[in-house]
Amino acid sequence: MERVMKNKTAVVFFLFPSFVLFTLIIIVPVFMSAYYSVMDWNGIGAKTFVGLSNYIEMLSDTNRFLPAVLHTCFFAAASLCIQLPFSLLLALVLAAKVKGERFFLTVYFIPVVLSAVVIGQLWMRIYYPRGGLLNTLLINLGFMDKAQPTAWLGDIRTALVAVTVPILWQYVGYHMLLYYSGIKSISPDIFEAARIDGASFWQMSTRITLPLLKPILQVSLTFSVIGSMKVFDLVKVMLSDGGPSGSGEVITTLLVRRMFYPSNRYGYGSAMAILLIILCVVLYQSVGLIFRERRGER
Amino acid sequence: MYFLLSVWAFLQLFPLYWMFTFSLKTNQEIFSDNPIGLPRSWLWSHYRDVIENANMFRYFANSLIVSAVTIAIVSMLGLMATYALTRMLWRGRSFVRSYYMLGLALPIHAALLPVFLVLKNLNMLNSLWALILPYAAFALSVAILIFIGFISGIPNELEESACLDGCSVYGIFFRIIAPLMAPALSVVAIFTFLQCWNELLFASVYATDWRYKTLTVGIMQMAGQYRTNWGPIGAGLTVATAPTLIIYIILSEKVQKSLVLGAIKG
Repeated sequence: MERVMKNKTAVVFFLFPSFVLFTLIIIVPVFMSAYYSVMDWNGIGAKTFVGLSNYIEMLSDTNRFLPAVLHTCFFAAASLCIQLPFSLLLALVLAAKVKGERFFLTVYFIPVVLSAVVIGQLWMRIYYPRGGLLNTLLINLGFMDKAQPTAWLGDIRTALVAVTVPILWQYVGYHMLLYYSGIKSISPDIFEAARIDGASFWQMSTRITLPLLKPILQVSLTFSVIGSMKVFDLVKVMLSDGGPSGSGEVITTLLVRRMFYPSNRYGYGSAMAILLIILCVVLYQSVGLIFRERRGER
Repeated sequence: MYFLLSVWAFLQLFPLYWMFTFSLKTNQEIFSDNPIGLPRSWLWSHYRDVIENANMFRYFANSLIVSAVTIAIVSMLGLMATYALTRMLWRGRSFVRSYYMLGLALPIHAALLPVFLVLKNLNMLNSLWALILPYAAFALSVAILIFIGFISGIPNELEESACLDGCSVYGIFFRIIAPLMAPALSVVAIFTFLQCWNELLFASVYATDWRYKTLTVGIMQMAGQYRTNWGPIGAGLTVATAPTLIIYIILSEKVQKSLVLGAIKG
């Protein structure tokens, strides 16, 4: 048996195709991007070495880039402060053996499987100034003057929040399901014992469920923070060019416009890609670190 | 409690109901007479309109081909790699395993330009392969993680007895392990399908020729084409949503499980 499993040719045979694909498309591009990021290049002419000037230009761009970083962080904050607690609440309620548990679970997960393009197009129409669902509702309830409807996505003050809502809305079901399956995997005996000791729903949730849910919380936190950094589809669909005066611009939408049409600045765009990689890797590690420390304390 | 659960369920379902109903209405009905009720006369003609005029059929087929081929590649390559990484004995195994796991943290945006340039030089930019290869590479890490989780549940004894019967390592893999991994394959297939079907970034940058556009890009284009004529847009959105929704309704537990596994393992 051991002889068969040590067959070197077989190892190469099994590993080679995926290794080539993975290396060429995931790993090599990171180095290529790093190389392009110190060049001034429009893709047609010659490359000129410019050192870190792409990075310096990017980090001192208070007009577009820094606001885009800020908006991206806004998504992450909204997700952490609103989406995750709300999903947790839903999961706690659902896991407390309510009737129709399966039905609610299935419904909440529907937006997760839908394409962000469809959701974006749909919400654009919900926000539509004249005849959109939201304004029709507000006008009928008397909160809005019919003559002056708000253009939610076209107004500097509301564009960012308006695009945040569907992003939160889409993934509540996802985080909820993560928590729910985590809660369900906790032994029911523990809850039974607590109930006998007279613990309330609130006490059981904070003292038993949450501490035992830590690994899942880590997954959901990572997903929410990294996911916010990478938000692209919904913003692209709803605010194609970053919204009015860039008020809804995020890192990825700016990256694509700088890298390809209309700017065609391959070097500068690559610098943004490298920054995005650094952000994601650092955040990925920090979330892991926070949870490791916490676990160490106990 | 029920109030909260029901209100949220309503908020999640109502936009979809609204999308479906406005796909069957005239603008007059949508904007003034009847914004949220059922359509007065069901205008299925909007569906014929988008399928004939907006190349919907072509984009739909492209999305289907891209997803299917990507699933096939990811399943095959992922399964083979997993076997080498878990059952076979060789030096550097755990290192290569961590190497594959780098794919979980790296954002795909780094690959956007380099892969674009390579495909351009190979004259492959306008072909479905331009999407299939990156999609497959990006799905690989998660697929391998899911496979590793499953393969540890298959007892070694099966392979040992096959080995005693003189079966080669290839025979063991293709005849014994691969069929036993069927449940894991379905998890990976669903996960990969959703990623491919819904992807927009690469699809919008790479496929510029209409013949190779996928449904997500097609929908964006169609929305621009019809602008204020909401009926056909709604029809296009419904057509794009139907396959995922149908798969989800039939296999809801399986779909949920595959996305949760994809995240937890990641």
